[in-house]
Amino acid sequence: MGQIRLEQVTKSFGEVQVIQPLDLTLEDGEFTVFVGPSGCGKSTLLRLIAGLEDVSSGRILIDGKDATALVPAKRGLAMVFQSYALYPHMSVRRNIAFPLRMARMSRAEIDRRVEEAAEVLNLREYLDRRPGQLSGGQRQRVAIGRAIVREPAAFLFDEPLSNLDAALRVGMRMEISELHKKLGTTMIYVTHDQVEAMTMADRIVVLQGGIIEQVGSPLELYQRPCNQFVAGFIGSPRMNLIEGPEAAREGATTLGIRPEHLRLSRSEGPWEGTVGVSEHLGSDTFLHIHGIPGCDPFTVRASGEVDLRHGDAVFLTPDRARLHRFDAEGRRIE
Amino acid sequence: MATKASRSAARLMMAPAVVLLLGWMLVPLSMTVWFSFRKFLPLRGGDLGWAGWENYSRFVSSSSFWPAVSTTLIIVGSVLVVTVVLGVLLALLLDQPFWGRGIVRILVIAPFFVMPTVSALVWKNMFMDPTNGLLAYLWRLFGAEPLAWLSEASKESIVMIIAWRWLPFATLILLTAIQSLDNEQLEAAEMDGAGPLQRFGHIILPHLGRAITIVILIQTIFLLSIFAEIFVTTGGAFGTRTLTYLIFQRVLESQNVGLGSAGGVYAIILANIVALFLMRIVGRNLDA
Amino acid sequence: MPRAIRTQRKLLTTAVAWFVGLLIFFPILWTFLTSFKTEAEAVANPPLFLNFDWTLENYAVVQERSDYLRFLWNSVFLAGGSTLLGILVGVPAAWSMAFVPSRRTKDILLWMLSTKMLPAVGVLYPIYLIFIRLGLLDTRVGLVVVLMLINLPIIVWMLYTYFREIPGEILEAARMDGANLRSELLYVLTPMALPGIASTVLLNFILAWNEAFWTLNLTAVDAAPLTAFIASYSSPEGLFFAKLSAASTMAIAPILILGWFSQKQLVRGLTFGAVK
Repeated sequence: MGQIRLEQVTKSFGEVQVIQPLDLTLEDGEFTVFVGPSGCGKSTLLRLIAGLEDVSSGRILIDGKDATALVPAKRGLAMVFQSYALYPHMSVRRNIAFPLRMARMSRAEIDRRVEEAAEVLNLREYLDRRPGQLSGGQRQRVAIGRAIVREPAAFLFDEPLSNLDAALRVGMRMEISELHKKLGTTMIYVTHDQVEAMTMADRIVVLQGGIIEQVGSPLELYQRPCNQFVAGFIGSPRMNLIEGPEAAREGATTLGIRPEHLRLSRSEGPWEGTVGVSEHLGSDTFLHIHGIPGCDPFTVRASGEVDLRHGDAVFLTPDRARLHRFDAEGRRIE
Repeated sequence: MATKASRSAARLMMAPAVVLLLGWMLVPLSMTVWFSFRKFLPLRGGDLGWAGWENYSRFVSSSSFWPAVSTTLIIVGSVLVVTVVLGVLLALLLDQPFWGRGIVRILVIAPFFVMPTVSALVWKNMFMDPTNGLLAYLWRLFGAEPLAWLSEASKESIVMIIAWRWLPFATLILLTAIQSLDNEQLEAAEMDGAGPLQRFGHIILPHLGRAITIVILIQTIFLLSIFAEIFVTTGGAFGTRTLTYLIFQRVLESQNVGLGSAGGVYAIILANIVALFLMRIVGRNLDA
Repeated sequence: MPRAIRTQRKLLTTAVAWFVGLLIFFPILWTFLTSFKTEAEAVANPPLFLNFDWTLENYAVVQERSDYLRFLWNSVFLAGGSTLLGILVGVPAAWSMAFVPSRRTKDILLWMLSTKMLPAVGVLYPIYLIFIRLGLLDTRVGLVVVLMLINLPIIVWMLYTYFREIPGEILEAARMDGANLRSELLYVLTPMALPGIASTVLLNFILAWNEAFWTLNLTAVDAAPLTAFIASYSSPEGLFFAKLSAASTMAIAPILILGWFSQKQLVRGLTFGAVK
């Protein structure tokens, strides 16, 4: 079991309130991602749940029991840190066994669980090495191994992939997702990378300035961002945000349209501009269009074979069903 | 960043060190301050009552006070000048590439590990002895009359003995500082047409500024309380009685505790003035 | 620069550096050599450099006459005891300041440093009096405590600078893994900081070994370490250079060897982390 409930939780460092009063329930078995720009309070929130920081007010309940005053060791949670935080003086085996030793488990049980974790994570051959002799991805696996042997109520991940190179990151992303499917344990994952959030999460919590902007499934956030911040944060490349008369005509202060929801034409369309830089990714081409009033540059996602050059004149037609309208405060207009 | 639990644990863990040092500082210090206001002669009647500021004025007006102050200043000042100037030169030399750098470094550092009583005695007897000392032999070799170092050139001799022990300290710290200088800076200066002297004056010396300040401050604190070197060589005679030694004599040799304590308070104030400067530098470093 | 000139310059530097190095080291070398001479050879004119009859006699005489080993044992006991005690008190304190810093941490660190700057002579009589009252005069226990206290600020400072280099996340990981404070210190921090702790031990052993104010003023016979043993040679009794040299060599040799291992840490320790 691993339901985590936050009730009116706040956190201040001195005068600065980094978490505004916040209510959130993370259901058992759910993979939740906290995402937001740096300094939004996502890591602090994770550390509050872990017990590495005290809440300034409010309550944290784990499986219905008040854990607000418990020390980290007593909360039954496991954490994977950004730097992996492996014990450099211990072998991989002893790293993974450490939480079990702390729990005074029997030798036989410890050995069994370490072997099992090593099997799951493909670490068998490395058990007697030191962390310093491992690659980044292997270290990451050891950190995860150390977390899973305890069979915790929930896993906490603090930007675990940010120290890996791009290729490894994609691989580890899959592994963590698969691990979640296999174990079915509650996972909370903090990242600033919206791609990680979209690909892994059951539910995403978007934070900014210590406030939850929106909670929802990846597709909900993509299709119906509840405000301009979420609209701009989720999705890559970013949503185009148009201001001025073009937006006013639709009855909004700001009009949003994603690059992939536009039709490109050489001859006709409501919006006219000229092609600037184009980024060819092979499968897609991202075109930066200049000269469209209210938004410059304007990004359009076109097919990989599109044959347009710098300076060509183009016309754009938005998919009207997928226009997002926001009011003066940035809130979504239905 | 931490929790209440870890903060209270931290206070608990810090307590022994803080309590011990607080006791070590406050108990003797308040006793010294107390004695300094008493007429206290342990061998001649013990505590003879309140003395007011008399000890303080007597300590300052005694005929040995000003000579002791000037001796202290001369010895400390000379050692500082010698060790810093030679230290910079030596550090520059040791920073150059040459064969056997590791060994020479060890040779240069060695004197710092020699215990003060040993260095004082070795210098006093084997080098400065007017008949059998090595220096006397050297003097005679060049046809000069050997010097009775510790009585005829007493301050110079003491400075030499102390500087020999502290030169390695200055060299080591300055060498570490030079080695932390970004080589590209020097190469850039060379590209800009700066000669060796200009490079030294405009880049190396300013870079060493902080290290030199630290060397001066730390040495001052240690040098102000130099004791063993004087204790085993001249015993404070021949104009080598420093403030520290004068206080030592008042307290333990003539057993005038009140007077000595007043002197002790002066010494503490003096040391604190120097310490204040050092702490500001170290403190600034803590923030970085 | 052409290669030949560079080599030439390096040769010159080598010659100058070795000359200066040997000059500075010479008093130690001379002491070492003299300790193997007879008293007559020690004061020979002109001085004998290597061409004398090497003898170990002085060492035997020094041990026999003044019981060198007893002073040596006292030195080891005082330096070792005070260092060990200082580490026991210093590790928890440094842990607190490095990993749970508060607004007052800096002030406490600087205040600790300031106690190191208290001139010993200013508190000589009170300590002397306290020692007499408590019966600690000329005891090893009393001196261990005093030496520990004068070096404690350096111990805390050095450990603090080493601990600060250990990422706090690792200690947090231990906490998440269920370690209590004792386990965190014992199984995670101490093994990781072992090189730093070792350097701290080394430097403080050296400082305590060479301490020559309290050891001279608070001991007589029973607890006297090598500093006092050497000081007792200051009253000359005829020709004694060779024996003085033998005694000196024995007093400084152990620490010279330790000192060479601790050069790097020396800078850090003695400048309170201000120069690394």
